[in-house]
Amino acid sequence: MNIATRESYGNILIELGGENQNIVVLDADLSKSTKTAGFAKKFPERFINAGIAEQNLMGMAAGLATTGKIPFASTFAVFATGRAFEVIRNSICYPNLNVKIAATHAGLTVGEDGGSHQSIEDIAIMRSLPNMSIIVPADDIEARQAIRVAANMQGPVYLRLGRLGVPNIFDSNDTFTFGKGNLLKKGEDITIIGTGMMTHRCLEAADQLEKAGIHARVINISTIKPIDEEIIIQAAQETKHIITVEEHSIIGGLGSAVCDVVTNYCPVQVIKIGVNDQFGESGTPEELLTKHGLTSENIYHTAKRVVNI
Amino acid sequence: MKVMKIYANELRMHIINMLTESGSGHPGGSLSAAELLIYLYFKEMNIDSNDKDNANRDRFILSKGHAAPVLYGTLAMKGFFNINELKNLRKMGSFLQGHPDMKKVPGVDMSTGSLGQGFSAAVGVGLGCKMDKKTYRVYTLLGDGELQEGIVWEAAMAASHYKLDNLVAIIDNNGLQIDGTNNEVMKVNPLKEKWESFGWKVIEINGHCFNDMEAAFAIAKQTKGQPTVIIAKTSKGKGVSFMEDQVGWHGVVPSEAERVRAIEELGKAMGSL
Repeated sequence: MNIATRESYGNILIELGGENQNIVVLDADLSKSTKTAGFAKKFPERFINAGIAEQNLMGMAAGLATTGKIPFASTFAVFATGRAFEVIRNSICYPNLNVKIAATHAGLTVGEDGGSHQSIEDIAIMRSLPNMSIIVPADDIEARQAIRVAANMQGPVYLRLGRLGVPNIFDSNDTFTFGKGNLLKKGEDITIIGTGMMTHRCLEAADQLEKAGIHARVINISTIKPIDEEIIIQAAQETKHIITVEEHSIIGGLGSAVCDVVTNYCPVQVIKIGVNDQFGESGTPEELLTKHGLTSENIYHTAKRVVNI
Repeated sequence: MKVMKIYANELRMHIINMLTESGSGHPGGSLSAAELLIYLYFKEMNIDSNDKDNANRDRFILSKGHAAPVLYGTLAMKGFFNINELKNLRKMGSFLQGHPDMKKVPGVDMSTGSLGQGFSAAVGVGLGCKMDKKTYRVYTLLGDGELQEGIVWEAAMAASHYKLDNLVAIIDNNGLQIDGTNNEVMKVNPLKEKWESFGWKVIEINGHCFNDMEAAFAIAKQTKGQPTVIIAKTSKGKGVSFMEDQVGWHGVVPSEAERVRAIEELGKAMGSL
């Protein structure tokens, strides 16, 4: 059963809300979509609807944090990081306040709503802010753990969540560690690094590559900032080629973050698979992902091309 | 009230001195708020410089963060830090940053500087207070030019919607901004009608009159089910004759010669109190 990470969020929020009275949730008239509605129903006195006012959403979250609350502020990624960017910058990051921004509907898989709603730049913008941590969970299991970790850590956190159900790549024995990537498959020919729902497709591609005699290492990076430099450097040193895959622009996201590490320590070729500096459009999530090469087929072919040079 | 007038006068001297020393900053909008800050910190608010993090203290957020000098001067006079620190305003390494930094300055409840955001945070503080069923009050000072920011109206809507009667916004209505008067740049009037239509209790006062403030804050304390806004009519640059009601003194600091003139005037005014 494929569970969307926004669903994971809605569920774990209720659990966390029951455990910690300081957790409060804010939304901007999207609680049915962001799934904060469950928390709102269970703890109405701790839920604040800002209405369609994302700047004030973030400003109020900042103010609540100064009173000792742990605010989770939710809306769609494009509005959270875009509309309210400067409020996040000056009222949350600059004073380093304990606000968790749980942004849903990130990436192309928003689907039919179209380009105005498909954030392909949110990771890039959030990366540029000092004091901001960024987590992009790959599945329900990772999401539940990561959101719990976010609630328990000090400081601003950006949680990038999706609309679409995703298959589990982890199981209940796996542990999410903040700041650490996961080596999901060993291999010495090439490294494929994925984040969010793309990691599953990286694993699928790696399976196909095995059949072609290519041994791909697969890494999941869910903490984009602060990024796990060690696992990336090791991959660069040992496999010499890296492909990154993200439901985000190739400018400023996972791929760029990996490049920043690699060029500094162990320059190797990095091929970034992602949205090629374009806006999205209306379509089914699968059509959009296919159009932008975010398929296991494209990852497979790209890896084959790189290794066979 | 005579003591309060002396304090306000002393605060004005601190503002002028620290700005000439720093070489940059905002005299006009700091001077216009002197009485308001003195009243809040010496009469109205429940705060203690020896217990600055008390969870039940009243909060103040300087939403018009560029008027940092008026806040810093007041905090120093109230004992939150040493008066000698004021001469380090805006210097590299000083805790007295150009705009208030809550990570650095004892007594500052929120970092501000980007207009409108302090007010939005104040609404959040008011909400937190209600959630905790506490009785502290939340005060925030805005500029009138600041009312041009959309976030102000988002926050005003929310404060009214959530019935934050623990929140008092004060508008330093000096009528001026940077490129000209409010009326020349972007009309914000009529203020009273705007705030009333947003569900706020509105009180208009002379922003330099302590008796007006006493009456207004008393009404605010008794107002239930809605937040209160005190529209304080003020003079930008108040207290220094060559700065009063002048657009040009928003972000330009007095030269040493001008400082001497200003301090002389304030000294004379002090003498006649």
